[in-house]
Amino acid sequence: MPSLGADMQAGKLVEWLVKVGDRVNRGDTIAVVETDKSNVDIEVFQSGIVEQFIVQPGAKVPVGTVLATIRAEGETAAAAPPTAPAPAVPTPAARINASPMARKLARELGVDLGGVKGTGPHGVIQRADVEGAAAPVPAAPPVEALTGMRRAIAAAMARSNREIPHYYLGTRIDMHAALRWLEQFNARRPVKDRVLVAALLLKAVARALTEVPELNAYWVDDRPQPQERINVGVALSLRQGGLIIPAIHDTDAKSVEETMQAMSDLITRARSGRLKSSELADSTITVSNLGDLGVETVYGVIYPPQVALVGFGKIIEQPWAEDGMVGIRPVIAATLAADHRATDGHRGGQFLSALNQTLQEPDKL
Amino acid sequence: MTEEQIRTTIFEALRKIAPEADAHSLSPDDDLRQALDIDSFDFLNFLVAIDEKLGVDIPEQDYGKLRTLKSIVDYLSAHTTGRG
Repeated sequence: MPSLGADMQAGKLVEWLVKVGDRVNRGDTIAVVETDKSNVDIEVFQSGIVEQFIVQPGAKVPVGTVLATIRAEGETAAAAPPTAPAPAVPTPAARINASPMARKLARELGVDLGGVKGTGPHGVIQRADVEGAAAPVPAAPPVEALTGMRRAIAAAMARSNREIPHYYLGTRIDMHAALRWLEQFNARRPVKDRVLVAALLLKAVARALTEVPELNAYWVDDRPQPQERINVGVALSLRQGGLIIPAIHDTDAKSVEETMQAMSDLITRARSGRLKSSELADSTITVSNLGDLGVETVYGVIYPPQVALVGFGKIIEQPWAEDGMVGIRPVIAATLAADHRATDGHRGGQFLSALNQTLQEPDKL
Repeated sequence: MTEEQIRTTIFEALRKIAPEADAHSLSPDDDLRQALDIDSFDFLNFLVAIDEKLGVDIPEQDYGKLRTLKSIVDYLSAHTTGRG
């Protein structure tokens, strides 16, 4: 059971997508796991032949538990690993496509999801579908239940606040050049191919990280461990509540258009509960953009073991003085929350400066 | 195309991006994005759906004219005039 983030302690195997004897290649999706936050497609780390399932669908096991054995090409069949098999639980008859919130509610209300028609994207069963299918129940006193999602976020954020000495830096960035570039870029494209400013900002963060790589790191074993790949994590709020941070792999190597496509794909799959395990496990820095909600400045909490979070607020037209002249410019507040164990304010300041510079030259992104 | 047909198309598009929201409860002058908690990504998908259904490719500079249900219906009515 892979760790899909600092806030994951255990996962429930929903189903195997392969059979014993199947040949699999590194990166193939082989199983679906339910975490506190969502269903996740689990990718295999090694190519070979599926030899044995150790954990059966329905079983909830801790992170680190061996789920199956894969025999590499040329290897002879091995005995089962020395770990004790997890308790087997009867296999569900068929996969039911439902949001985690709907599953939880169904358990609470005693609704069989097999008989519920989903009205969400691709027929996903939503909370409202479960509510509609449930028999009327007597009104209960309003008790706020702590969802698995909320518990997971609480654990990660409490750990972050407890262990990470945050420092915060902020700057205002003139977005005139970036928005003008984006406007011209989008003017040539049909609506389905247009790029949002959010994608431009993600790409700019990745580019700035190439100049200040210390912020693209994990803090593990009491020391910073710089990460070679720049996988920008996108803080996404889910419509059913909660937060998830999937990664755009190698953001620095993508064009703005590719970054938009990757972001669009991630958001769509995050909201339908079909993220891949590597996308949840691999982010090396987080970007939180709350501009859509009118938030002017974001003061973020770092997602461990990362060492930095970049926040963006709303782009607001403001008076802007330059060369003795005052004009009106679209301005965004960019903030950096960083781990003081890994970097100092000086490097943090250099990062924000690089970010600013990058956004003044959008044609180079 | 009638206003009622346009409104139906808008509700279908909204149901896809905000399935838990009751778009029918919107007042004509409610701020759509605020009332349904729609972010810029959702809004872009809404515009893609409108383009697919009605063939109206709304230019970026007109996004600001599409804040309320009424303004969207008016805009789309003006851009689909004469169509079946």
